[in-house]
Amino acid sequence: MKETNKPFEDEKDRPGPLWRFFLELSTIGLDAQPVEPSPLSPAHLMDIKPKDWGRAAELARGQSWRWVAGWAEDEDSMVSVSVCVERQGCYMVLRTRTNSQSPSILSHTPYFASANRPERHMHDLFGIEFVNHTHPQRWTRHQAWDNETAPLRHTFPKEGHPPKQTPPDKDYPFFKAEGHGVYEIPVGPVHAGIIEPGHFRFHAVGETLLHLEERLGYVHKGMEKIAEGRTADSLARLAGRVSGDTTVGHAFAACLAMERAANIEVPLRASFIRGLMAERERVANHLWDMGMICNDVGFAFAYYQFGRLRELWLRDNQALFGHRLLMDRIIPGGVKFDVSTEAVNRMKDSFKGLRRELDQLITIIDQNSSLEDRLVTTGHLTLADAQTLGVLGYVGRSSGQTFDVRHDAPYPPYDQLEVKVPVEEQGDVASRFWVRYKETRVALKLMEKLLDKLPEGDIAIAWVNPKTGAEGFGVVEGWRGEILSYVRFGENGCISRYYPRDPSIVNWPALEKLVLGNIVPDFPVCNKSVNGSYSGNDL
Amino acid sequence: MLGIYRKILTTGMLTEKFARHIKKPKQSAIEIREPEIDALGNTLKSTIDRRFAGSLHIRQVDAGSCNGCELEIHALNNVYYDIERFGVHFVASPRHADVLLVTGPVSRNMEEALRRTYEATANPKWVIAVGDCGACGGEFGVSYASCGAVSNVIPVDAVIPGCPPTPVDLMRGILDLFAKH
Repeated sequence: MKETNKPFEDEKDRPGPLWRFFLELSTIGLDAQPVEPSPLSPAHLMDIKPKDWGRAAELARGQSWRWVAGWAEDEDSMVSVSVCVERQGCYMVLRTRTNSQSPSILSHTPYFASANRPERHMHDLFGIEFVNHTHPQRWTRHQAWDNETAPLRHTFPKEGHPPKQTPPDKDYPFFKAEGHGVYEIPVGPVHAGIIEPGHFRFHAVGETLLHLEERLGYVHKGMEKIAEGRTADSLARLAGRVSGDTTVGHAFAACLAMERAANIEVPLRASFIRGLMAERERVANHLWDMGMICNDVGFAFAYYQFGRLRELWLRDNQALFGHRLLMDRIIPGGVKFDVSTEAVNRMKDSFKGLRRELDQLITIIDQNSSLEDRLVTTGHLTLADAQTLGVLGYVGRSSGQTFDVRHDAPYPPYDQLEVKVPVEEQGDVASRFWVRYKETRVALKLMEKLLDKLPEGDIAIAWVNPKTGAEGFGVVEGWRGEILSYVRFGENGCISRYYPRDPSIVNWPALEKLVLGNIVPDFPVCNKSVNGSYSGNDL
Repeated sequence: MLGIYRKILTTGMLTEKFARHIKKPKQSAIEIREPEIDALGNTLKSTIDRRFAGSLHIRQVDAGSCNGCELEIHALNNVYYDIERFGVHFVASPRHADVLLVTGPVSRNMEEALRRTYEATANPKWVIAVGDCGACGGEFGVSYASCGAVSNVIPVDAVIPGCPPTPVDLMRGILDLFAKH
């Protein structure tokens, strides 16, 4: 991201989005001050009084800021709530404090639909009451702890007080649909395939879906709690397991945040290798998803062909970086593996091979009318819904949302490259297929540029423990979309707070919208076209 | 349609054979062979033929994993490993399964679902805990939200460590189960 000394102005010295926000804050009589210099740079930090919390959100909504993420922190006598918003690539964190005995604060849900689940997550883990919340039922909490318990408070021990056997989560208040011919289909948490667990409650009439309600949280592993007290190295390992398919993305974001907190600059070569791995991860996942989308409508040919390309790609990962999924390759201060000249040539060869394969496959897929029949108009997400929900990554970019962190708020190595962002506007499963395809081509091009420009130098810099209380903020474009990472260090370089925001948290609600009016048997392909992470959502 | 046939023919057979003579497949991209699959597959196939009349049904259960193990279990079905040719088939219901392949750590929110899946599986049944997390709790361990290893919740017959285990590790692990039991 561009580090600038003039937070209120954009590159051309015109008033930036932050300036507009600040100006309007004072005109409506809100007393808020930006914290200078921002401890969360490149994001700006603004302290808001608890009574103004709702109006600040209303103002942000009015100025078309996007609600990015929300996280809380136990400060012993107080509980702080931080909300990150973004506009035109400018990130701003609004922060307020409430008392720690009975924390209560105004909800942002009347203004931002995307605040719904994150606020419920904060309620379940910190015991914060969000006044005027539009859907105040529990979310991450099932039956492993009770309503009076707040696992992320400092007084709560890591091992907790779990019951001997956790009872099933029976009494969740699901939406009830009634009427002639309306029936319910409960699915999960254990699904029929090799897939993560979650519960879906469908309401249908005949074959047509009237309503879908997601119930997630089944893979909540207490990641935020077990991050506490870890060293920087150990946090990078944990971040690499927030979601196994996004191991590079989360480790990248967490390391970026930690390095900013420690005020160390990563060698340029390391940043380039990080970018290279992030693009490799994007390609591996997109190849797999393209195959799976075809498979879910019964086109096995493409499934096996894309599966073959993915396997070759993963074997290259193993040969060149020492791990098929690239886990633990990014460490605080740099990367673990260097790229040799031989590896550069080998990768370039494999890009050529992959391009040739894609050309052949895409011609076949493009000409297949029965595939087109199943994918076009299926699972339509309107541009308006995409915007309201702040949908990210290929899901957003298939519904006209152009945002891409690599392009709009570039960080190393993307600040040295020009990133093309493919966008479609039909918003159906076919669009999400094509955006993935185009992103794969863009990723190949980006990797070639990264390899061509690969600077000489070290691949890591020695880690320096940041001072107690130092905070860091990292945002990267993972393969699913924008990943945010917040860290705070405690004493002796140990982590006191870690919050990762996977793009799935934002994209899951879009699935509830886009399946409506589709037939029940099209749910798998709709789900696959979004492909949210359960683990990244549940933490 | 002709395009599909042409592509299938030019791709050829890529499945890494367990027969004695291996013809090197034509491959445009870079290829690294996994020679172990041949030997492993042979042993696996003969064990399954002998013990399970030729077909072993596996139900995979994600009890809290980060999804890394699932990606590698999926890879067992791709054209290179094609584990189905050894008689190993992934099924949709625990009622159809001989083996539960469980990835962990078992989150407390999945604890009861895992227990019920185990109970729903007909006897005789075996459980394989997959990945470091399933084996010992791994990066997540035991906490207010996680029960840790799969063996903390249901009886486990074999473990396949690794973060995540590679497809070859998985094949070897399935074989190890029957060497022991």
